[in-house]
Amino acid sequence: MESPFRSEAAAFRFLLISIGAAALVVVASWIDPWLGFAVFLALVGVGTWVYLRQRGPAPPKAQIHPDGPPDERRVLVVANETVGGEELLEALGEIALAGRARFYVVAPALNSRLKTWTSDEDPARAAAQQRLDATLERVRDIGIEAAGAIGDVDPLVAVEDAVRTYRPTEMVVSTHPEGRSNWLERGVVGALRDRYDIPVTHVVVDLEARDRTL
Amino acid sequence: MSAHAEAAHHEHHGPPEANKSSRVDARVLGMFLFIASEAMLFGSFFTAYFFVRVVNPGAPDHWPPEPYHFPVFVAGVNTAILVTSSFTMHWALQSIKRGNRPAFLAGMVLTFVMGLAFLLTQVVEYLSVGFNTGDGAFASVFFGLTGLHGAHVFVGLTLLGMVIVRGFRGHFTPEHHHGVELPGIYWHFVDVMWIVVYTVVYLI
Repeated sequence: MESPFRSEAAAFRFLLISIGAAALVVVASWIDPWLGFAVFLALVGVGTWVYLRQRGPAPPKAQIHPDGPPDERRVLVVANETVGGEELLEALGEIALAGRARFYVVAPALNSRLKTWTSDEDPARAAAQQRLDATLERVRDIGIEAAGAIGDVDPLVAVEDAVRTYRPTEMVVSTHPEGRSNWLERGVVGALRDRYDIPVTHVVVDLEARDRTL
Repeated sequence: MSAHAEAAHHEHHGPPEANKSSRVDARVLGMFLFIASEAMLFGSFFTAYFFVRVVNPGAPDHWPPEPYHFPVFVAGVNTAILVTSSFTMHWALQSIKRGNRPAFLAGMVLTFVMGLAFLLTQVVEYLSVGFNTGDGAFASVFFGLTGLHGAHVFVGLTLLGMVIVRGFRGHFTPEHHHGVELPGIYWHFVDVMWIVVYTVVYLI
């Protein structure tokens, strides 16, 4: 969305549109007050629709300057409920076998809509911490060097925070299958690809299918 | 530390770059918050105005209540003056962007003079309108709404005055005119609000 007051030229254009809209409302009101009200509502509706359809210019991709040796892959892993999934562990194992690699796991404390809006985050963070600890232990058991932390409730914010401290060379994002993702996870992979100039691998972990086979 | 990493570190000096987790540009966010606060401020006055107008005994045929009248024609001329001042404001900014300093200064002075004319005409209108704030709720909301807008015009004139002083001192160039752009945005916003006030209070 773009603000109609983002620049002097835009504000001037908005003023001209306002004058035209006001003239329409006044003429309609002189014919019949209810017609004027209807025209006003119609103009508000059209204005809102146009405003919401506008897309501002996409922000430039963030350039990440990785820390560490040039031959080392620094992998930022983003996962929460799927953090212990077999598909994710397999993907990390493949990267570890391919060469020198370090892993940093971020588990966004995903939460329900209501609990997010009411800032009731403690249970979600505690659950995310438990899953993260178990996963890091399992990953280290198979010889992969890894560290991790709980991230913000919004995965994009959690990644932004982690990128600033870890400076990865690539990302691995693990989510539920489409349709079963947490509301905060939707569109995250595409958004990360738009925002960062490093490779982003998407791993889909189907925990329900695993539970059915057990 | 590798050569690549060292090069990355040598590019940046001073404190670390601020974390901007929201991804919303600070200037855009600031303007949104400002417009939202202004919309709520004017919205509260409009709510009071419409309430008083709807519950008046002669509604909806008689407004303002007899025997009072709003000076629609004078306010219309005043509206034309204020709208014209937006055109001169736009001309002034376009002029400084093109490096035409005389046109920029002329545009700014004209804008200021027309804004001042608007404000003084409003004061004269207040003195000759034939009612005062104690003459009923309608008079209170009339003076409240138009006075709130007048206060915004006063603030805008103050900003324009500072731009004019800086302009005559040689400030602003085609590359650096942010100090003109922001008062220009504010001035157009004040104009938009007046269009709404004039339409609602005087014409409908």
